[in-house]
Amino acid sequence: MSELVPEPRQKPAVPMKPMGINANLLGYIGIDTIIEQMRKKTMKTGFDFNIMVVGQSGLGKSTLVNTLFKSQVSRKSSGWNREEKIPKTVEIKAIGHVIEEGGVKMKLTVIDTPGFGDQINNENCWEPIEKYINEQYEKFLKEEVNIARKKRIPDTRVHCCLYFISPTGHSLRPLDLEFMKHLSKVVNIIPVIAKADTMTLEEKTEFKQRVRKELEVNGIEFYPQKEFDEDLEDKTENDKIRESMPFAVVGSDKEYQVNGKRVLGRKTPWGIIEVENLTHCEFALLRDFVIRTHLQDLKEVTHNIHYETYRAKRLNDNGGLPPMTVETEENHESNL
Amino acid sequence: CRSCDQQNDGCRSLSLSGHVGVDSLPDQLVNKSIKQGFCFNILCIGETGIGKSTLIDSLFNTSFDDPVSTHFQPNVRLRAQTYELQESNVRLKLTIVSTVGFGDQIKKEESYQPIVDYIDAQFEAYLQEELKIKRSLHSYHDTRIHVCLYFISPTGHSLKSLDLLTMKSLDSKVNIIPIIGKADSVSKTELQKFKVKLMSELVSNGVQIYQFPTDDETVSEINAIMNGHLPFAVVGSTEEVKVENKMVKARQYPWGIVQVEDENHCDFVKLREMLICTNMEDLREQTHARHYELYRRCRLEEMGFRDTGPENKPVSLQEAYEAKRHEFYIEMQRKEEEMRQVFVQRVKEKEAILKEAEQEIQAKFEHLKRLHQEERLKLEKNRRVLEDEMAMFIKKKAAAELLQTQALVSTPVNFKKDKDRKK
Repeated sequence: MSELVPEPRQKPAVPMKPMGINANLLGYIGIDTIIEQMRKKTMKTGFDFNIMVVGQSGLGKSTLVNTLFKSQVSRKSSGWNREEKIPKTVEIKAIGHVIEEGGVKMKLTVIDTPGFGDQINNENCWEPIEKYINEQYEKFLKEEVNIARKKRIPDTRVHCCLYFISPTGHSLRPLDLEFMKHLSKVVNIIPVIAKADTMTLEEKTEFKQRVRKELEVNGIEFYPQKEFDEDLEDKTENDKIRESMPFAVVGSDKEYQVNGKRVLGRKTPWGIIEVENLTHCEFALLRDFVIRTHLQDLKEVTHNIHYETYRAKRLNDNGGLPPMTVETEENHESNL
Repeated sequence: CRSCDQQNDGCRSLSLSGHVGVDSLPDQLVNKSIKQGFCFNILCIGETGIGKSTLIDSLFNTSFDDPVSTHFQPNVRLRAQTYELQESNVRLKLTIVSTVGFGDQIKKEESYQPIVDYIDAQFEAYLQEELKIKRSLHSYHDTRIHVCLYFISPTGHSLKSLDLLTMKSLDSKVNIIPIIGKADSVSKTELQKFKVKLMSELVSNGVQIYQFPTDDETVSEINAIMNGHLPFAVVGSTEEVKVENKMVKARQYPWGIVQVEDENHCDFVKLREMLICTNMEDLREQTHARHYELYRRCRLEEMGFRDTGPENKPVSLQEAYEAKRHEFYIEMQRKEEEMRQVFVQRVKEKEAILKEAEQEIQAKFEHLKRLHQEERLKLEKNRRVLEDEMAMFIKKKAAAELLQTQALVSTPVNFKKDKDRKK
């Protein structure tokens, strides 16, 4: 079955719809070497990852990020500096780092949001965050739409947002719900229960169930979103993860000796809480989830879904053009 | 410990105190790609009968069942077929595009144009998808040509002018790998001279063929060596011949057997190595990052978009869009106004005509009425006259009757008297 391009010289010829014919291979050709080729290329170019942490002060955000990436990502040492004032408004601080492991280079950007939820009046305190996220999409869109564009567009879009829930044991706060409602549509939100060492196992399970229920009732889809499951395999895997979210985590950057091994943990009069011990807290699950299995997927959902939604809205709203430039947005930010 | 190296745009380099898991990233990426499947599109250009289909069959170890074409095609056409191949867990959507009737015509000036048009059409389709508002790029079936195998006739002398012309028009649009088809008709010594001649002709005419990349240390050496063996002299065969207790792909001649996979006999193995095992990904990347970007740039500039507006200030594509849209809108308004004027004019004219017609009819009506009136008066007069006459006639008749009855009354007496007299 062959399809012929009609007249030559037609302007431009319609590309044909290919009909797949399954051809049986006799003997090895080497098509599967493309995996190696691709792997080599990606190792050369390296990866970008931008993670945002949002939560009230004192919930252990910086410590958790340090524990996740096993290094001093945030320069906050264990004692909280009294000289550091709580900022009057929500600030957005993005700091870039380069991680290299096993020949793989990753440019990690941690976006901190000091001041979130810390004021007396917290109305609309998610707005600067939403604006920042949209600004990154805008930057990417501008680059993509250029005539002569760069080989690799710098990706500053937020791939993942860790939202820290206070371990009250009761339910979500209105601020939590408002934030997640607004932002679950523009970015992948992963809720975590911070400082989980204040809850017993039963309290933890109950709290998690309540949180999940509340999120469902309010129509908040956290990552991994049900609607983006591609096939049955994905669905079963993600269902399992969704059942155990939000992860109750404990962070620490101090090491202690336990059973002859040096482990990261928190030392209390009644024992040492091991961060990477699954019976103590779910940090290892979070780390594996975010870094070892779903990092690429986080990036892809951001690029293929959130970014595309932003782009479609943008191009539709103005018949193909932006009413404002990035410069004026920056001006606005300083006026807040 | 903290290292404070300033590299990569001022980012700190972190030293890890344990295993994080970042090294699993390439695997994650690769697994996603495997799930999606790969696409590879090959374009074969060469004269009819030079062995394109046979070579593809040999390369992919399968028979793709292409019908043999005649030499009497009126113009050059392209035939595309897509196949789904699978090897271990890798699924490949392979599209082979072949020229039909290339080099067969008497007048060959137009021969390369359909090929250029086809390649441009694939770029155009991708560009259109990319420019859409609601797009689905990551599930888009990529039909852009990743590599072009150009088959050179094994004359042993030099390139034909058609070859030069075609390659020159394609070298900025696609990765070209020149190969010598049916290379078993050229002897080894002739082959060496032939290759040198071909390469020097290509260089002196400024044709940019695809160079195997030499920037990755693992493959740079072998790629560099292979670059020196271009153009590859290939022989294709799908038939198997028994040689030393093994069945190998070969061509059997009375004077010997040409084994396709023997590196001493031809460069088939080298081609397969380079095309598939080593550089398939690079070919795809070059197509996207270089050839497609060039096409896109030219096309957008053609459509009137610029990155820098007047006074050389950077203008985004969207601003240019708006300017164009505004222009278009004004033009539309003008046209609308024009049309409205024309319409109003026509309506006026029609109205005038209708009015005239109406007046005419009115006049006729009046005229007819008058006539009718006159007729009636005449008739009235006649009727009166007639009535008068009738009245007179009746009177006369009445008078006559009276006289008659009077006469009748008197005569019968006389008659009786007469009767009596007679007696």
